[in-house]
Formats: sequence, C-alpha cells, structure tokens
Amino acid sequence: MATAFADTNPTAQSSSPVSEASSPAAAPDGKVEAPVEETPSSEPSALALKIRSVAAGLVWPIIGIVAFIGLWAVLAPQVDTSLGTLPGPAEVTEAGFGLYDEYSAAKEAEATFYAEQDARNEAAIAAGNPGAVRDFTYAGPPTFLDQIITSLETVALGFFLATVFAVPIGLMAGLSTRFNAAINPLVQIMKPVSPLAWLPIVTMVISAMITSADPLLPKAFVISALVVMLCSLWPTLINTAVGTSSIDKDLLNVGKVLRLGWFDKLTKLVLPASLPYIFTGMRLSLGVGWMVLIAAEMLAQNPGLGKFVWDEFQNGSSQSLSRIMFAVIVIGLIGFLLDRGMMSLQALVSKNRTV
Amino acid sequence: MKISGGFKFDRRGVIAAALASAALAACGGTPEATGGDTVVAASLDGEVEKPNLKFGFIKLTDMAPLAIAKEKGYFAEEGLNVTLEPQANWKVLLDGVIGGQLDGAHMLAGQPLAATIGYGTKADLIAPLSLDLNGNAITLSNKVWDMIKADLPKGEDGKPIHPISAEVLKPVVESFEQQGKPFNMGMVFPVSTHNYELRYWLAAGGLKPGYYSDGDVQGVIDADVKLSVTPPPQMPATLEAGTIEGYCVGEPWNQAAVFKKIGVPVITDDQIWNDNPEKVFGLREDFAEKYPATTAAMLRAIIKAQQWLDADGGANRQEAVEILSRPNYVGADAEVIAASMTGVFTYEPGDTREAEGFNIFFDKYAGYPYYSDAIWYLTQMRRWGQIASDKDDQWYFDTAKAVYRPDLYLAAANKLVEDGVIPAESVPETDGFRGEQAGFIDGITYDGSKPNDYLAKFPIGLKAGDTVTAAGVSGS
Repeated sequence: MATAFADTNPTAQSSSPVSEASSPAAAPDGKVEAPVEETPSSEPSALALKIRSVAAGLVWPIIGIVAFIGLWAVLAPQVDTSLGTLPGPAEVTEAGFGLYDEYSAAKEAEATFYAEQDARNEAAIAAGNPGAVRDFTYAGPPTFLDQIITSLETVALGFFLATVFAVPIGLMAGLSTRFNAAINPLVQIMKPVSPLAWLPIVTMVISAMITSADPLLPKAFVISALVVMLCSLWPTLINTAVGTSSIDKDLLNVGKVLRLGWFDKLTKLVLPASLPYIFTGMRLSLGVGWMVLIAAEMLAQNPGLGKFVWDEFQNGSSQSLSRIMFAVIVIGLIGFLLDRGMMSLQALVSKNRTV
Repeated sequence: MKISGGFKFDRRGVIAAALASAALAACGGTPEATGGDTVVAASLDGEVEKPNLKFGFIKLTDMAPLAIAKEKGYFAEEGLNVTLEPQANWKVLLDGVIGGQLDGAHMLAGQPLAATIGYGTKADLIAPLSLDLNGNAITLSNKVWDMIKADLPKGEDGKPIHPISAEVLKPVVESFEQQGKPFNMGMVFPVSTHNYELRYWLAAGGLKPGYYSDGDVQGVIDADVKLSVTPPPQMPATLEAGTIEGYCVGEPWNQAAVFKKIGVPVITDDQIWNDNPEKVFGLREDFAEKYPATTAAMLRAIIKAQQWLDADGGANRQEAVEILSRPNYVGADAEVIAASMTGVFTYEPGDTREAEGFNIFFDKYAGYPYYSDAIWYLTQMRRWGQIASDKDDQWYFDTAKAVYRPDLYLAAANKLVEDGVIPAESVPETDGFRGEQAGFIDGITYDGSKPNDYLAKFPIGLKAGDTVTAAGVSGS
C-alpha cells in the first residue's frame, strides 16, 4: 500500500500549481500580469528545459531496455530446448508479424464466409425457398486479437463484480468495528487463496447453475470472470475498510453537529474521504485480476490469452516458443497499460479530494 | 452365451432397428414404431435443430476427420456451423461434453463407456461413430533404448525385428529395481486406449503394469512398471525431464520424440493388436435424443471426411497434413505430422518403415461402432481392476449397447449410400460383433460374445472372483 501511494506523490505535486495559481489573486493586478508577459520569452527555454528533463528521464529506461534486448539476443541462442533454441528478439518480432498475417487471413476468410452465405441466401430466396436462408456467425478459430479482446472483457467483468462487492462491504467494515471484527478472519483466510484453488469449485457451481442450452454469456466466460472477481476483490475491500476507518474524527463530529443523516454522512463525508484509498485498492485489484485471469484461462481452457499460450505450448512446433514469448510481452504491456489507466484515475480522485 | 443369441439378428434386422429408432426420434418419442422409409427420410432430411455447434478435440492427428469435415466444407454441406476448440487434456474435454459447453468431441473409446458405468464422472454418453483404427505407438527414452538395443534380435538388414516384445525391458526394470528406482511410464488417461495398449504390451512381455482397486485411481498396485497420466502434448517434455522412461501416446507425439532426439518409438499399436479400434466421436445421449437430425447431419459430415482421408490410397493425406499443422488444430510442424500420416512410420532415426495401416479412418469399416470393440475396452477395465467386481456376459452386452450406437451410424451412413456419396460396400453387414479376432501380439484370440472366457485367458490380469485391495490381489 505504501508503494501504491508513493506513485501519487508526483501527480499531487504537479497538481499543486493549480492551487498556487489562485494565490496571486491577492497581489496587485500589474504584478500578476507581469509573469504572463514574461512567458513568451521564457517559454522556449522552459520548453527546452522540459524536453531536456524528459529526455534525461528517458535515457536510463532506454539504456535498460536496449541492454535487456541485447542480453536476450546474445543469451537466447545458448539455451537449447527440444523445440530448438530459445527465440531471440528478432524471432519474436517475426512471430508478432506472423500473428498479424494470420489475423488478416482470418478476416479475409470471415469476409468470404459472409459473402458466400449472403450469395447462397439470395439464391435461395430467388429460388422461392426462404427456409434455406442461413444466418450463421463465422465459426473460424479465434485470432490473437480475438483472444486479447476476450481476456480484456473477462477481466473487466470480473473487476466490475469485485468492485461492486468489495466497496460496500469495505465501507461497512470501516464504519462498524463490530462488522469489521466479524469479517476480518474470513477476509484474511480467503485473501491468500490461489485462483487455481477456486477454479474447480467455481467451474462445478457455474456448470450446475447455468443449465440453459444457449446461455446469455458463455459458461467459460462467466467462470473466468468469477475467478477473477474472487481473487481480486480483497485489495479493494481491505483498502476501502482502512480508508473508511481512518476518516478524520473531526469530520465525523462536524457531521454529528450538522445532524447529517446516514445517507448524507456516507455520500458527503465517508465516500469522498475514502475515495483515494478505494481507488488504490481497485488499482491493486486490477493488477491481481489480470494475473489471475491468465492463470485461470490456462488451467480451465477458457478462451483468452492464457489459452493461447497453453495451446501454443501444446502445439510444440518450431514456431511455438516465439509465439508464446510474443504473447508474454503483450500480456505485460496490457497489464502495464491497465495499471497506468487506474493510476491516472486514482490521481484524478486524489486531486478532487484536496479541492 | 445363452444371451448373446439374442443379438444375432441379420442385417435387415439391424437396419430396421436403426430406422425404427430414427423414426422414433423424429416423432419425438412416439411409442409406435411406424417403421418405413418415408418417416426415416423425413428425419434425415429434416431441418437441423441446432446448426451452431462446438466440438472439442485434443491435439492429436486422429482428430483429422473433424478438422477435414470443417475445412473441406462437409459440415457446411450438412447445414452445420461448427466451431472446433482444442482442449487441455482428456478430463477437461470430458467435463466440457458432460457440462454442455461442448456439443460433441473427439474422445477416447473408454471415456463414454467409463462415464456411463460411472467410473470417474457419471454421465450418459454415447459413441455413434468410431473415428479411426490404430494411430498410437510406444516410445522409450534414449537411455532405456540404449540399454535394450544390443539385445534385440536383428534382421538381415541389421535393423531390429518387429514387433519388439516387452520382454526385452525385463532386465532394465530389474536393474532399476536394484537401484531402488521405480520404472515409470506415461499414458494419457486412466480409461484411454493407450493405457490398455501399454498394459497389454507389458503384460504380453511378462511385466506387471499394476492394478486399480476400488477407490484407487493410481493403478500401481503390485506393479513392475508404474504408469501415470500425462496429457499427450506434454509427453515429450515429461520424457525429456526424466519423470517417465517411456510412454504410449497418439501421433504426432511419438514422431515428435524422434525429431527432438529424446526417445525412440519401439512398437505401434497396430503391432500390439492389428487394426485396433481407436478414438470415437462422443456426445451426450440426451443431445442425440433431442436433436436427431443434427446428430445425423454431423455424422454424415464426419463420415464424408473419413472417406476423403482414405480416398485414392491416401492421395489426400499431404493436404490433410497441411491442414492439421495449422496452430488451431494439431499445430505441430508439418514434417512431424507427415512422418506418421503418409503411410510410413519412423522408429529410430534412419529406421523408417512402411506403415500403411498406421492411421485408418474409413477403410476396413473403421467408422462403424462395433459392440465387440466396446466390450474389449470393458474387458480391459475389468482385467486391471477399474471394474471392481465380476460382471456377467449380459452386463457387458448391455453396457456396450447403451453406449455404442451403430443404429445412429447406420442412419447416417445409409443416407450417404442412398445419395451415392459412399459405396454400399463401405457399410458392413453385421450384428455388431466382429467375431473371433486374432492379430494380438500375445496370440490370444478375442471373441466379443464371450467376454468372461476372454478374461480367463490372460496369464496376467484379474480372474473371476479376484478383488484388489491396497495390499494386492486376492482370489476368491
């Protein structure tokens, strides 16, 4: 948690000029305008400074990445597996292009399929046989992009469910020490349970509950999403509880003085005060959820990136390792982007709090 | 024996039964068997009830009929829109079919049988079609191969004489025992053909592969060679890791060991039991009852694909190899798949032999689900203790008839014969029993109409009255 908060500090600093900007209002008007007039002349140097600082900030990450790729390129050919040597950066890039080609080919096949189906349907209608009209969706193998989208959808649903469950329970736990004491042991026991342990239970329960032949959501999708939810709701729950319970007592006392009702107290005091904590928890949850999802997809063979990795492992062809490595990089990048997204949300919420 | 007489109706009887059952299904279970061609035709030409289907498969070359039926448009011809989805292992696949995520699947012959008798997950599954004959082999690690190679009888060309008996493993197993190490081998599932074939080969060579007891699914009681389960695609990696010293698996995972130079195939299942029945197409019984026209349509598509695979002496095999090597099907390198799919089989590098019959999909009535094939699997389940107590012959017949459904196969195949798609002589005239079969490596003959007599013939294996406990086998 400490590390999670550390990230917010730079953004908090960057937001501070906003509050400072209002302070010169007290100063005489002429002096306020003076810096404004200065800006055109100072802007190039400021811009240059900024570019310089950004560039300086990029130097070491770039050196790190280049060194990593260099080491990878040198060391990978040394590792001899039964599928050939470990692929280097060049092979993995090539695998990426190969996957893109497969995607294009699949799109083409899909277009052909629909064109042929439409042609058949028109012919059938023209022949006066509307019963032969078929409206099939293309049943080709999922492309890499399809798998990414499926994974993102699954993690989104699981994360949404986790938030919907965890925030209210966390708020209750934060507001009531009794409730907190009651659920604390359960939370502590449930929290470290691996997704792989939940999976069989969730699978059996969902299989028993969804009995319709053509359910709204595919079973595999619901199973993955629920496993994600079960594993990712704990950080949000705990952070919400901590945030709620650490509200300034003075604020609550003010609420009492104003005779705020239960609902007003929640929406005007408790929620705003604990929002940064909640979002920190959600950010951790999303990170956990993404990791859990890949594991769940691998084990349960639910569609998505995890299944892609496992299928390639099972293929055991000379291409498999480089395709798996490409998938690993994509999984990492998506996880990174999800985390950055949540971080900006978190920063936004923290900023609102200070206003 | 007194009962099996009841089975011996002639071909017309079988067809009539098939027509009647198809008619029944078409009428949604009308009690009167209004047999007759018109009703049947209505059923077969009837609108497909569930055109969008999802089938599961394991990455093995014997899933070829499904891939071909899709890629060559046979499913589409029958008005079906089929998605094929690879599964991680046989257990996941079975649960997918039972749970309804999959409408049907490429299955081990033992799976629908075991599910129906409640060994493992209990569910009513049926096998209306057999996918292929043969297609498996046993591979040993390089280490074990080096230990036995010198002792193998050689032919004039200096190559080992086939079939290689498991007797040659005896000294190796003994030396492992002296070092206090278990001799482990892998197979793909407790009720897999591979398990029974590996056990058959070991037992024929005088090695005990271990028994299952009631409630024990390890199957290593009183074992010389300990067998364990590994999913097919992970076999080579497990062998390489040294966890097992050999395995029995379908293709391309034996040829993969040759290409990766980590092991040597020593015997094919065709040499253990000539033209043995292998994978089946399995689905839920209630699916076939609810969607009879869909079931018939999918069977017709698969039969057409089987014919394509065996057409013109294997002229299409090269194309099949290309299709199977795609990452969404078997996904192994094309040359690895071709090493067993194109009429040859490679043992050690440089020892490639003719193996015309290694994969048979259509010829020799490969698609017909014979009751006697089902009974063979059941006898092996009893032989190794998976069926805990003795069963009378009638139980074997009843179970086989409940699971293997030649009536459904004939309903589909006869329509194809009628339409001139497949030749009439490709559909057998039979009562569902193949009669007395030879061609086993140990010379023991098998007659599906006498399962208990058959069990009594094995020197190694449970006999009438035997039970297995953790302590070992106890006779009656």
